[in-house]
Amino acid sequence: MTAITPDVAEAPARPTQTGEVIYRHRLLIRIAHWLNVVCITVLLMSGLNIFNAHPRLYWGMYGADARPDPAVFQIGAEEHPKGVYHGVTQIGSLRIPTTGVLGVSKVNGHDQFRAWPAWLTAPSFTDLADARHWHFFFAWFFVLNGLVYLAYSFVIRHVQRDLWPTLQDLRGIGRSIVDHIKLKHPTGEDAKRYNVLQRLAYLTVVFVLLPGMVLTGLTMSPGFNAIAPPLLALFGGRQSARTLHFIFAWSIVGFVVIHVVEVFLAGVVNEITSMITGYYKVPPAEHGHD
Amino acid sequence: MTDARLFTRRAALLGGVAGGGLLLAGCDQLTHSADVQRVLHAAERLTYRSQRLLGGGRALAREFSPKDISPVFKPNGTTYPGGDDYAGHVDEGFKNWTLTIDGLVQKPLELSVAEIKRLPSRTQITRHDCVEGWSAIGQWTGVPLGLLLKASGLKPNARYAVFHCADNLDGELAKGGEQSPGQYYESIDLVDAFHPQTIIAYQLNGKDLPIGNGAPLRLRVERQLGYKHAKYLQRIELVDSFSHISGGKGGYWEDRGYEWYAGI
Repeated sequence: MTAITPDVAEAPARPTQTGEVIYRHRLLIRIAHWLNVVCITVLLMSGLNIFNAHPRLYWGMYGADARPDPAVFQIGAEEHPKGVYHGVTQIGSLRIPTTGVLGVSKVNGHDQFRAWPAWLTAPSFTDLADARHWHFFFAWFFVLNGLVYLAYSFVIRHVQRDLWPTLQDLRGIGRSIVDHIKLKHPTGEDAKRYNVLQRLAYLTVVFVLLPGMVLTGLTMSPGFNAIAPPLLALFGGRQSARTLHFIFAWSIVGFVVIHVVEVFLAGVVNEITSMITGYYKVPPAEHGHD
Repeated sequence: MTDARLFTRRAALLGGVAGGGLLLAGCDQLTHSADVQRVLHAAERLTYRSQRLLGGGRALAREFSPKDISPVFKPNGTTYPGGDDYAGHVDEGFKNWTLTIDGLVQKPLELSVAEIKRLPSRTQITRHDCVEGWSAIGQWTGVPLGLLLKASGLKPNARYAVFHCADNLDGELAKGGEQSPGQYYESIDLVDAFHPQTIIAYQLNGKDLPIGNGAPLRLRVERQLGYKHAKYLQRIELVDSFSHISGGKGGYWEDRGYEWYAGI
């Protein structure tokens, strides 16, 4: 744990060390960040509503439930004695009881068959048509926002300077992992730049997961398949692309959870302020730190 | 100081949860607003225009090999049209079933299934994608729609082909209630109508169309989702606008909120 440091405002005696403020996030980056928050939230929730229309995932070029093709993942309900239904989530051959959340959950106090619960879907009621409208509208926003972010980030060398790890960063990965496990956050000079795990995480999100979402999404479009057939080969077919779309989506949720926990650990007010105003208060260096 | 920070963290956390709840309730409210629906519909036009721009009219849907064919081709939507009329046609083996092509054409046509089967045909193994998310691969044989349209001679103001079907479909559960049943119909633009893979199919996997898959005639419009592929076809009407037909949105599902352009 880091030592408790004096509050910046109450320590005017050492302004150079404790009061240093740097301009960390440029305006366009901040806008892109918050637009992404909105887009990803709506895309995830409307995506789960779309998923509810066919809560099975397959691998390969086709997959349907007439005489069921083997599903790699499925959320369903099964009948138990006395007309009681249980929610069951199946990953491969592993069956997990998920009543109350997945498969069967309450809507206005009544059990309803739905893969994802109402509180996780947008709209909350089952409606494939409306969910698709939300999804594609925000998908366009998300893509345009992402393209602007990428172009700008290369131009201002945000990617090259702030995200791409140096050799020295990579050598220090062991120490960075230990620091993260101990919930210890960089201070002083070290806090002015992203640490190596942060860089690798952001790079993975920006260059793998987010573009992966868009490309697997486009691979589900029969119109786009005709325009760009190689995408089908890349992801192993439309149904594989749908499964990957799902996996990437939850990987992004995983990233967001860690990201938000780190924001809280590192100082939620300072961190969020910096993503709104751009200005970040550098946590003062610990005594005895080399 | 510590208290203040804790309070702020708690406030941020509570704010996040409350914000999430508001978003959820707000989204349902917004979904019911006609203005919001209009804004959201902009995405459909953008998708349509960009796919047409990138793919033009001619880009072909992927065709597969016989070993890729699904073991079962899932029938969906109507799987047996009701009414004595259709049952009578089934009994007769669709001997007296006809397809009419009329509307904005120089020469209206009325063709029997046997006549259609004598016309030049195209066979293609393609993937059928349901809007729900599943896919099935099947081999279709039929007459290219473009051939029929050329034979009937389009008038210059024809812009869409509307497909009138024999089935009356029940509504689905949506927007918190059951939607109204209605006669199935669909429509496509002339780019899709003259696309080489757009056919009026009478065979699936080398056999006459099963009833569940649209016997005796159905549309295949390979670069769009399943609901565009109208089954139990009786009439193709060429129009300059479909706003006067049924709900005015160009199709059974379109009238119930789905996109007219189902390329995505």
